[in-house]
Amino acid sequence: MTDTALTPSAAPMAPVLRQRQWLATLRTALGFTRTRVGLLIFVVMVLIALLGPLFAPHSPTEFVGAPNSSSTGLFGTDTLGRDVFSRFLYGGRSVLGLAAAATAFGVALGVAIGLAAAYAGGVADEVLMRIADVFLAFPQIVLALLVVTAFGPKLWLIILTVAISHSPRVARVMRGAALQVVERDFVRAAEAVGEKRSRILFAELLPNVTSPLLVETGLRLTYSIGLMAGISFLGLGLQPPHADWGLMINENRLDVTVQPWAVLLPVLAIALLTVGTNLVTDGVARASIGVDRS
Amino acid sequence: MSRFLLRRLALGLLTLLLVSVVVFAATQALPGDAARAILGRDATPQRLAALRAQLHLNQSVFSQYGHWLSGMLTGNLGTSAASQQSVSSLLSGRIGNSAFLVFVSALVAIPLSIVLGVWMAMRRDKLADHVGSTVSLVLAALPEFVIGILLVVVFATNVFHSLPAVSLIPPGDHAWQHLNDVILPAATLVLAVTPYISRIMRGSMIEVLESDYVTMARLKGLPERTVIWRHAVPNAIVPAIQVSALQLAWMAGGVVVVEFVFSFPGIGAALVDAVGNRDVPVVQALTMIIAAVYVVLNVGADMATILLTPRLRTAGR
Repeated sequence: MTDTALTPSAAPMAPVLRQRQWLATLRTALGFTRTRVGLLIFVVMVLIALLGPLFAPHSPTEFVGAPNSSSTGLFGTDTLGRDVFSRFLYGGRSVLGLAAAATAFGVALGVAIGLAAAYAGGVADEVLMRIADVFLAFPQIVLALLVVTAFGPKLWLIILTVAISHSPRVARVMRGAALQVVERDFVRAAEAVGEKRSRILFAELLPNVTSPLLVETGLRLTYSIGLMAGISFLGLGLQPPHADWGLMINENRLDVTVQPWAVLLPVLAIALLTVGTNLVTDGVARASIGVDRS
Repeated sequence: MSRFLLRRLALGLLTLLLVSVVVFAATQALPGDAARAILGRDATPQRLAALRAQLHLNQSVFSQYGHWLSGMLTGNLGTSAASQQSVSSLLSGRIGNSAFLVFVSALVAIPLSIVLGVWMAMRRDKLADHVGSTVSLVLAALPEFVIGILLVVVFATNVFHSLPAVSLIPPGDHAWQHLNDVILPAATLVLAVTPYISRIMRGSMIEVLESDYVTMARLKGLPERTVIWRHAVPNAIVPAIQVSALQLAWMAGGVVVVEFVFSFPGIGAALVDAVGNRDVPVVQALTMIIAAVYVVLNVGADMATILLTPRLRTAGR
C-alpha cells in the first residue's frame, strides 16, 4: 500500500483523441486473464458485502452463545459471543461504502485540481502543486489520525480526509496527462470560439484523459479499502458494536489462537477485495499503455 | 546542478514549514482548553491561570504557533497531556526502536528486491517472471495490517508457533536487544515494500538489457555474470534507488499500523495511543516527525537521482 504506483503510470503517451478512450482501454483490459480474474473476485466480494446481510442467520449484535466457541453456528462466536458468520456478512457494507465515497470525492477533487493546474499553467500551476506537496508530506493514515485527534472519529470527516489525501496524488497524474492535451489545436479552437473555462476543462480536456483516470480510480479504490479498514482496525474509525471487517479484526485479534475465524474471515475478505481491485487496475494500466513494462 | 539541488532543498524546507502550520492548525480546532484537559475538571482557577500562562494559552494564536515551532526546532516537544511527562523523554526510546525496525526492514528489502528484479528481468516472460509479477501484484494490493496478521496466524499462532505474536519488549529496553520481537514486524514491512522496488528494478533492467552496449559486451565474449552485474546492474539501479528512498519514506507512515499489529514499542504505536487519548502534544510531535522524515527522504531521493545520473549531474554546468 504505497504511493508510488505499482501499476505503470498511464501518463506518457500521445493521447487518443475523442474516442471514448476509457471504453477502448477497458475492452483491451478485459482481454487479459488477470483483469477477468480480478473482476470476478471483486464482483463476488461486492455481492457478499451488499447482499450478505440478507443471508445472515443472526443479527450482527445478537449474543448467540459463549464467547469464542467454535461449536455455535458456521464459524463460531466472537470474543463477546456474537455470531462470527453473521458479523462477517454484515461487515462488508461499511468498508465498501466508506472506501467508495472516499475514492469518488478524492478522484473528483484531484481531477478538478489537476486539470485546472495543467490548463492554467504558470503561477497558479506552481501554487497548486506546492500545496499538493504539503499534503503529500503526510502519509495518508497519519493525516487521518491527525483529524481524528482534533475532531474525534466522525465518519464523514474521515471520508473527507482520506479523499483530500488522495486528491494531490490524483492531481499530479491528471495534470501530467492533461499537459499533453492542453497544447492541442482543438483546445485553442475552443478558446477561440469563447467556450467557458469550465467547459474547456471538463468537456475538452477530460474526455481525452479518461484512460489514466480509470487507472487512478482503480488504484485509489484499492488504497481506500485498505485505509478505511485500517482506520477501523486501529479502533479509530467505526465504533463498536458496529459490524465492520476492520473493527472485527481489532476486536478479536487477541483471541486469534482460540478462535481464528473471527479474525481470518474479515482479513481474507479485505485481502480478496484489494487483490481483486488491484488485478483489474493492473490490467487497465497495461491496456492504457499497451506495453508490458513498468 | 547545484542550483537545482538548492532549489529542491528550499522547496523541501518550505513544505516542512507549511506542514507545521497544518499540524498546528488542525490541533487548534480541538474544542476545549488544553490547560483544563491537563489539570482535569476540578482544577482551581489559580492553577488553570498559571498553566495557561506557562503554555502561552493567553497569547495570540500566532505567538502560540511561534512558541510551539521554536520548541519543535530545539527539541522541546512539550508535555504529554495524558502522562504529564515531557514528550521528548516519552518518545526518545521509541524513535530509536522505530528507526531500528525501518533500518532492518530496508537492509533486507532493498538488496532482496534488487536481486529479485534482476532475476525476473533475466527470465522475462518465462514462468518465473509471471509468478513473480503475480505474487508482487497480490502483495502490493494487501494493506500492511492484513500482511501482518496473516504472518501472525502462520508463524506465531496456529501453524508454526515459532515467533512472538506481540512484542514483549519491556519499557526502557531497546528493540535491538530483543531481535526475536523485531522479525515479524520487519518481515511485514519487507513484504509490503519489496513488490514496488523489485518491479521498478525489473523494468529498468529490461530496458538496459536491450541496450546496444549490453549486446556489445556480450558479443565481446564477456561472461554473462560480468555483463549482468558489472555492466547492466549499475546502470539499471538508479530508478530502484530512487524508489527505495520513497519506500523508506512510506515506511515512516507504514510503521503506524504495523507497530499496532505487533504492539511494537515505537512511534507508530505511540501515535495510535496518543490519538486514542487525544494527547495533542504527542500527536503534534509525532506527526511532525513522521512528515519531516517523509520530506527529507523525498528530497534525498531526488538528490540521489541527480547525483547518480551522469546526464543530470552535468546538466547545469
